Order: sequence, then structure tokens, then C-alpha cells
Amino acid sequence: MKKRTKQITPSGEPWVWLTALGLSVGILMVASILGLIMYRGLEVFWPERAPLWSIRSGDDTLGTELVLGPEVLKQNKSAAHGPDAGTEIQIFQGNRESLGQAFRFISSSDIKAKTLPPEVIWIERMEYGKALGIPIALRLKDGTEIPFGAQNFLPNLDIKVTEAHERWEQIEDLEKNKIGKINREIKSIERKLKNLQGNETQQDNIASLVEKKSGLETQYEALANKARELRTLQDNPTLIYRLANGEQRELAVGQVVEYYFPNQLGFFDRLGMFWRHIGSFIVEAPREANTEGGVFPAIFGTLVMTVLMSLAVVPFGVLGAIYLSEYAKSGLALRLVRIAVNNLAGVPSIVFGVFGLGFFVYMVGGSIDSLFFSDRLPTPTFGTGGIFWASLTLALLTVPVVIVSTEEALASVPRGAREGALALGASKWQSIRRVILPAAAPGVLTGAILAMARGAGEVAPLMLVGVVKLAPSLPLDTTFPFVHLDRKFMHLGFHIFDLAFQSPDSEAAIPMVFATTLLLIALILVLNLGAILLRERLRKKYATGNF
Amino acid sequence: MQPEISNGTLIDIQEFDFFYGPKQALFGISLGVLPKEVTALIGPSGCGKSTLLRSVNRMNDLIDESHHEGNISIDGKSIFDPLLEVMSLRKRVGMVFQKSNPFPKSVYENVVFGLRINGENNKGRLDEVVETSLKAAALWSEVKDRLNDSALGLSGGQMQRLCIARAIANQPEILLMDEPCSALDPVATAKIESLIQELKKNYTIVIVTHNMQQAARVSDKTAFLYMGKLIEFDETEKIFTNPSQQQTEDYITGRFG
Repeated sequence: MKKRTKQITPSGEPWVWLTALGLSVGILMVASILGLIMYRGLEVFWPERAPLWSIRSGDDTLGTELVLGPEVLKQNKSAAHGPDAGTEIQIFQGNRESLGQAFRFISSSDIKAKTLPPEVIWIERMEYGKALGIPIALRLKDGTEIPFGAQNFLPNLDIKVTEAHERWEQIEDLEKNKIGKINREIKSIERKLKNLQGNETQQDNIASLVEKKSGLETQYEALANKARELRTLQDNPTLIYRLANGEQRELAVGQVVEYYFPNQLGFFDRLGMFWRHIGSFIVEAPREANTEGGVFPAIFGTLVMTVLMSLAVVPFGVLGAIYLSEYAKSGLALRLVRIAVNNLAGVPSIVFGVFGLGFFVYMVGGSIDSLFFSDRLPTPTFGTGGIFWASLTLALLTVPVVIVSTEEALASVPRGAREGALALGASKWQSIRRVILPAAAPGVLTGAILAMARGAGEVAPLMLVGVVKLAPSLPLDTTFPFVHLDRKFMHLGFHIFDLAFQSPDSEAAIPMVFATTLLLIALILVLNLGAILLRERLRKKYATGNF
Repeated sequence: MQPEISNGTLIDIQEFDFFYGPKQALFGISLGVLPKEVTALIGPSGCGKSTLLRSVNRMNDLIDESHHEGNISIDGKSIFDPLLEVMSLRKRVGMVFQKSNPFPKSVYENVVFGLRINGENNKGRLDEVVETSLKAAALWSEVKDRLNDSALGLSGGQMQRLCIARAIANQPEILLMDEPCSALDPVATAKIESLIQELKKNYTIVIVTHNMQQAARVSDKTAFLYMGKLIEFDETEKIFTNPSQQQTEDYITGRFG
């Protein structure tokens, strides 16, 4: 019997619904992953209240144990506890060094009471993560103590912390800039001495260099001593506080990054702190194996690498595409080249990493070292992974994207424009440069955008050609020659991998993973948005009217 | 070369055959164009008028796997001479296309394109050329206040006149027009036609047209092509009043097509 569905719905209607369903599922998936990353990524910066929980301790129904810290997670107990075991909550209790673990699970049924004591202090430390406790007193250098209840406790703590921060800045300036500069000078003198060794005619020269070196070494000692002195000053005064279990701890104020009283904060205080936390996450360097602090070097590394990659890939890709589509004679060879270019886009990125390591780092970098930096060998300069080689490797990886989209853009330039230019006596190159390429520019930029998006998110090849967990210095800075293409760098994508799988306390790193992921997505979005705006401007300028 | 047999003709097409791959499009065309005259090429679609026109400035070079036999000379010199640069030929022989094709640049830059590619960047000289060319193309009064606006904002008729101005700015001897009015309304067409009458004083014009009234109105000589062959070439008046070939008469009276 013939079906009569046609009378109920117009033909083709189910297909419309099917396509709409496909699109909705796709959008839903993307939206939920973005939503999750956004929620978990931003949550990190929100200052949580820290309640004090009284819980039944062990099997003893009378014994009470106190736990201090915000609730992170609430979940059903695992089946190992038997069916209907009830729920349990995960509490962030901090104080890793004395409690052993920063997180603790407690059974919901064990909770007797939950209070919000206003005196709870939340301390970000330079080491061992966060400390939560009840402050007792501030012990000054001479041994006098200012008790927590006293009028001058808070102002004093504030002043001491600020002083300590200033001292840290001085120490960093001494150790990184001043001592670093002297070190570089000493190293260059040592290299010169090595070259002059055994050269009888240069005795005077050698003597003056040795003298200069010893002068620098005394300077070095003086600066190092000063830094050491400042460091000892950081040990005083100390803050004495009590943990929930009654243990008393003493912490040098020099170790405090930030402190606040989470249970006293109003909504707007917390909002302000939320923004401040985001700000310091973006502009600060990481601490404690990257699990604390900010990610600035990684943002900077990603940005510089992406820009360098674009500078390398766009010109070569565009020139290649111009040759392929405008000059090359069509035939078997051209077809083969096209197929090869398209297949290059499908090669797994780690293969490019291996190639980059073998070709750029060892072959090209090694040759550069032996030609220009032989005095520094065996320490490699360019013969090791660095931001330049990483950028070139990624440029290689993304060049097919640029070639394909540029070829498409060139092919879509109307014949009238080409013929018009040629009919006026323009040579082929003149017509390409003055008419065809400007008209194709928006399409070329589309290719550049795709290449940037792909390159900025790539991690696997970078691990082989120069990305590191912690780079001591940025690829761009104020020391000559300002752009250090040979330096190793940090990258947000690798940072995520490192936090998630390589950190000593992976539980504590989870929030950072989400925050960093959010930042990477935001960075790629910003880069793309910039390129899209540029493309729209070009589109307006070269709108192809009624061709 | 043999300037004496050209007896005053500027463009001398001799026994010209043209092939698109294996397909022959033009068969032994011989035709002489006199200087400062308008020569119209008419005929049904696919008869080879555009192919012939585009051979004169070697635009057909762009087509892969095409070749020609016979010769075309301008001023007695073969345009296929291997020593002659095709770019300099195209500077002498300007072309206006069926679809107006201004570049996506300003009106000003469109007009001076030919000069700029020759390395002329003197602002005074460029300004002068823009004014004279646009005046010659009867466009100056309409665009003089918007020289720096995009050429793509002009109307269809203005764009086509801009393309004529752009061709004139190169100071060619010959202007080739490939159905310049086919995409325009009657008012714009009338303007271009009167412009052709003006341009005739200074340039030799070869125009391809589908519109027989237009050929009758603007041209001095008319060539009728059919199936790649030149059927008749004579004074326009004679072609339209008293053609010597039956095919010509059938075509212009609309009895076949």
C-alpha cells in the first residue's frame, strides 16, 4: 500500500527538520563546552566564603572535628560505600604543608554544624599554596606581639606586607637585571679569554681582561650580598595563626602574596576582588610549578609565536599561490603540486614537529651555531628549540591553508579586472600587484585567519621545537637585541597540558586548567577578531561592485 | 614590410585565420581600416566579430591553446613581430569591453592606471591627464567632485565612459570597442554614441555591435561577418541601403539569424 505522508507534510519537509536538528546538536555541543569552560574558568577568581564545619570524627559519635574551607564539589558517594551511601562534599582546606592534602572529602551525614566565623583569614603564600586559619598575632622582629584584636593589628599587617612586596621587587631587580647583566659581561669576557688562550702576542690584552673580570666579580659579590641581606629581612615579622584543628603556625610576612577575610566581604568587595584576581592572573608570572600565580609569560609567548608565524606564512603562502594560479602552466606537474599541498594540510602535526626538530633545529640551527656562535659552543644558541624555529615549524604546518584560500581568492577575481589591466598595457606582474591582489586581499586574510587559529592552538609540534614549562625570560625584552628569537618560550596550550598532567598536585591545578583554557580561547578569539576587522575594512575598500 | 600596399590603411588584416584549439573561428579575413574612421563589425552571435577585434590588440594571447595564421599589421608593422612587446602594442591599441570593468579603486586612480604602470607619478601631469581624459569621455562634469570616490559607485553608463576615459588616458591611436553599449539603457547608449562621434576626430575606432541601428548611426564603414568569414565590407551607407551580397541583406533586414 502506498504511504500517504505526502498529504500531511509537504515533500522535503522532514529533511529541513533533519538539517535543523543537525545544526542544533552542533551548536548545543559547542555552546555547552564553551559554557562549561567559561563557568569553571571564571569561578576560580571568585573569592569564596570559608565556612567552619563541625563534623563527626571517625566512628566516635561524640567526638567533633573542625574543618575550615569552602565547599568545592557535592557528589553522590561512590558505590564502594554501598548503595544509598548518601552524598559527600569536597572541601578546599588549603594548608597543604601541615594537613597533607589541600582537599578533603566529608560525608554530608557527618556534618553537625556550619558557621561563618568573620575572623577567618585567607592567605595566598609564595609557597605551599593557600593558608586558611584564624589569625592570632603579628610578631615583630624584636619579639613584641600585636594581638589580632588590637586596633593596630590590621594597619601594621598591611604596612608590613606592602614593605615585603617592595623588597621582593628590589630583590628581583637585583637578581634578574643587575646581576644578570654582570653575568653576561663575565661570560663574554670568558669567551674572549678562551679565544686568546695561548696567544703570546696578546698578553697585555689578556691581563686587562682578567683584571676587568675580577672587577666585575667583586661587583657581583656586592650585589649578591645585598640581595641576600634583603632576603633575610623577609623572614620578619611573622604572622601567627591557628588552623581549624588547633595547630598554631607562624608565617613570615614576606611569604604573603595576598590576604583577605572572606567571610567579611560584601558582594561588591568580592566583585572587585574577582576582577583583581583576573587581572593578576593575566599580568603575573606563574609560581609553584605553574599551579599558582598568573600566566603572563605563556600569553606573551603564544602571542609572539603566532605573530611570527603569520609573518612567515602569509608572504610565502601568497607568493606560492600566485605562482600556482597565475603563472604555472596547467598540467600533470601542477596537479601533483596541488595534491601535495592539500595533503600537507592533513599530515599530523607531530610529524611537522619532528621535521622542525630535525631540519630547523639540528640542521639549520646547528649550522648557524657553528658559523656565527662557535665561541659559545658546546652551549647551543640556535641549535636548540626556540621561538623562531617553533614559529617556522607552525608556518610550515599552516602554509597549505594560506595557499588554498589565496588560490580561491585569486580565482574569484573577475576576468574583467584582469583583462582591463592587461588591455591598458600592464605586464602580468603589474596587473597581479595592482589589481588582482588588492581585489583578492579579503580572501587572503581569511586564509591568514584560519592559519592563525590553527597555529595558535597547536601544541604537539611545539613540544619538540622550543616550548618549555617555565621560561626564565620573555622572547621580547629591553636587553639588546630586544627580540630574542633563539629563546625558549611558554605557550598557553602547553601550559594547559602541563598543568593537567605534569603538576605535583593535579587536584589543585584543575581550576587553573579551566582558567588557562578560557584564556587561550579568548586569545584566539581576539587574534581572529583583529584579522576579521582588517578584512572588513579591506572588503569595503575593494568592494567588487558589479563585476 | 610593405607599406605601399597598405595604401593609407592603419590596420591591415591579411588572410587572417584564428583557431581555438582544433576549432577554427576565423577564415581568411582580409580587411583594411582607415585612420580616423569608425569601422563597425556586425554579424550574428558566434560569427567571430569579437575574436577578430581581440586579435588586433592580441588579447587572444591569454587563451590557452589558441593560434592564428595570416597577419595583422598596424602602420605597416606586423603586430605578431616577435621583437614587438605586446605591452607596447596594447598601449597603442586601447580597448573598451562589453561589461564595464573599472578597477576597485577611485575614479582618479582608474584613469591614471595606464600612466602609473608606465612609472608616471608626477601629480601635475596626472591631474592634467585625468581632466582631459574625463572631458574627452564626457564624464568630467559628472565626476569632477568625486574623483576620490570609488569608481564602483558610478552608474553603469558612467562606468563605461570611465573605461573609455581610462583607455584614452593612455593616448592610444586605435580604440577597440567590444559591444560597449550592450549592458546600458537607451539614454546612456545615446551618450556613448555621441561620444564615439567626438572621439572619431582623434582616434581610429573599431566597434563590435549587435545593434544594427547603432552601426548605421555611428560608423563610416561596416563589415558583416558570418560563420567566421567576412561576407561584405563597405561604406556603411552602402551596406544598409544596397548590400551587394544576399546574406548581408537577409541579415540586416532581419530575415535570418
